[in-house]
Amino acid sequence: MVMFEAPDANIQTGLMALTRLNLTNFRCYDFARLEVDSRPIVLTGPNGAGKTNVLEAVSFLAPGRGLRAARLGEVGRRYGAQHSASETCGPRAWAVAAQLAWDDATVDIGTGLEPTTDETRRERRIIKIDGETGKSQKDLGLLTSALWLTPQMDRLFLEGASGRRRFVDRLILGLHPDHGGPVSAYDHSMRSRNKLLKEGCRDGDWLDSVEDSMARYGIAVAARRLETVDSLQELAAGDDGPFPGAELEMQGRLESWLDDMSALDAEDRFREALSAQRKSDRGLGATSIGPHRSDLLVHHRKNGEKASQCSTGEQKALLIRIILAAAQLQTRERGRPPLLLLDEIAAHLDAKRRAALFDIICSLRIQAWMTGTDNSMFQALGERAQFFDISAARIEKISVTHKAFYNSI
Amino acid sequence: MATGDIDLLIQLMSKLPGLGPRSARRAALHLIKNREQLLKPLATAMASASQSVKQCSACGNLDTVDPCVICTDARRDSSIICVVEEVADLWALERTAVFKGRYHILGGVLSPLDGIGPEDLSIGGLLNRAGRDAISEVILATSATVDGKATAHYITDRLSECNVTVTALAHGIPVGGELDYLDDGTLSAALRERRKS
Ligand SMILES: [Zn+2]
Repeated sequence: MVMFEAPDANIQTGLMALTRLNLTNFRCYDFARLEVDSRPIVLTGPNGAGKTNVLEAVSFLAPGRGLRAARLGEVGRRYGAQHSASETCGPRAWAVAAQLAWDDATVDIGTGLEPTTDETRRERRIIKIDGETGKSQKDLGLLTSALWLTPQMDRLFLEGASGRRRFVDRLILGLHPDHGGPVSAYDHSMRSRNKLLKEGCRDGDWLDSVEDSMARYGIAVAARRLETVDSLQELAAGDDGPFPGAELEMQGRLESWLDDMSALDAEDRFREALSAQRKSDRGLGATSIGPHRSDLLVHHRKNGEKASQCSTGEQKALLIRIILAAAQLQTRERGRPPLLLLDEIAAHLDAKRRAALFDIICSLRIQAWMTGTDNSMFQALGERAQFFDISAARIEKISVTHKAFYNSI
Repeated sequence: MATGDIDLLIQLMSKLPGLGPRSARRAALHLIKNREQLLKPLATAMASASQSVKQCSACGNLDTVDPCVICTDARRDSSIICVVEEVADLWALERTAVFKGRYHILGGVLSPLDGIGPEDLSIGGLLNRAGRDAISEVILATSATVDGKATAHYITDRLSECNVTVTALAHGIPVGGELDYLDDGTLSAALRERRKS
C-alpha cells in the first residue's frame, strides 16, 4: 500500500491556489506583488529578508490570527527609529489581497486592518470577497484554508498542552470553517464562570446558565476534536513511507465520556460536574474540568515511544506526517487541498525525506509555500515548483533557465 | 478651528453613535448652514423630548406617557410578554406588525465579564409581572450571542416558579445578530415559529 496515493484519475480533486499576492504595509513590505501559478512556491534568501512574512501574509487569507498568532495592530509596517514618534498614532492599516484560483474560476479575496481615524473604535479586521465586504472570517474559511509548519512548532510535543489543543483546533478549522465559534463561545463562558466564582456569586441560577453554555459548547468542541483526530489517525497510522506512522489520541475527561455515552448525556454529565465543583474551583481560581484541559497524545507507531521522547528529527517527521494527513483529510472532505505553508522546512530533513515530501505535495496537488536559506535544498522539485529570491524585502522571480540558479543547485 | 458654541456642538455630536470627530464636524456644519429648516426645529424637538420622554414603569419602553401606549392598548393581548434586550429591539419587532402582545425591556444581557448581573437588568420587574398579572406566555427574544442565550436560560430558570409557558424565538437569528439588524421577514418567521424552551 502506498502511503499517499495520487488522487484517483476519475475523481478530479478541485484546485485551490493563489495566482497573485499583494502586500500593502505588511511587516517589512511597503508594497509587494507576486504573480504565481498553481505549482508549489519556493522562497529563498538570507535570514531576516522577509520570507516568513510572505507566508504569514498568505496565512491571513484563511480564518484565524495567522501563523504568528499576531494581534492585528502588530502587523502593519513599522518605520525606522527616525519615525518612531509617528507610531504613537495607533496601529497602522495593512492589507493582504490575492487572486485565488478555485477550479476554473478565480476569486479576489482580501483582508487587513481597516484604516481608521476614530480612536474610540477597536481595531477591526476587514474581509473582502470579490469586492464585497464579508461578514466574518468564516466567509474566508469557505473559500480558503491553510495549514502550516514553522520552526516554532518544533517544540510542539515538548511544551504545554495548550499549544497542541490550538494545533488540533487549527486542523479542524480547515475542515469546519465555523469551528472558531464554539471554541471562543466556550472560552467566553468559562471566563464568565471563573469571574462569578471569584466574586463569590451566590446566585445558583446565574451559575447554572453560564455552566449550561459551557456544557453545550464544551461538548461540541470535544466531539469535533475526537472525530477529527480519529480521522487523522486513520490516515497517519501507516508505516509504509519515509515519514513515521503516528498514533494519535485526544485525551481528556469529556473525550472519555463521549466514548461511553451520547453527546446529550455527556452534556448533562459535564453540567453536573461543573455544578458539583463550584466550591473547589473557587478555591483553585480556575475551572478544573473541560475541553481546555484536554491534550493531544502522539506516539511514534513503530517504536511505541511518546513523541516527546523521540529525537528532534523524528519529532519533525511525525509533525509533517500529521500535517500531510490533515491535508489529505481536507482534500477528501472538502474536495480540494489546503494551502500549505512550510517555513524553513528542509532544516531537519535528509535528502530522502525532502524528496519524498516534495513528491507527496505534488501528488496531492497542493500549492505549498516553502522557505529556506539555500536553493539547493529544493533541488529535487526541479520544474515542478517556481522559485523566488527574497532579499531586503524585495521579491524576485528566479528563472529556471537562469545560469546562476543552475550553478547554485 | 472654531470656538464656543460651534466647538461645543461638534464635541457633543461626536459622542453620538456612528459619528466620529470628522462626521461630527460635517453634521454640525450642515445644521448651521440649514439654521431655519433643521437646526432650530431640531433644538426644539430635543428640548421637548428631554422634558416629555420617560421610561414606562411597567415594561421599560420609552414614551411620552407612563404607562406607555403599548401597555395601555386594550387591543393588544396582555397575556403574552415578549422579552427584549433594548428599546431598539422593541421597535424592530413593532415594524413587523406580527406581534400583538406586550413587551418587557431588560436593558441589556447578563455579562459576568462586563460586570452586568441580574440586579442591573429589569429581571425582578419581569418576575413580578409574570407572577402578578394574568400572563400565559413569555417569549424570550434575546440575541443569539453567548451572553444573550445564557440570559435566556437564566430567565427560564427564574420563571419556572411562575405558571407561564416560556418560549424562544425560532432559529434564523444569526449568532451575534442583534434584532435591530434583521430584516422584517426573518423576524416575523422567527416569531411565528417560536418554540418552548
Ligand atoms: Zn410599557
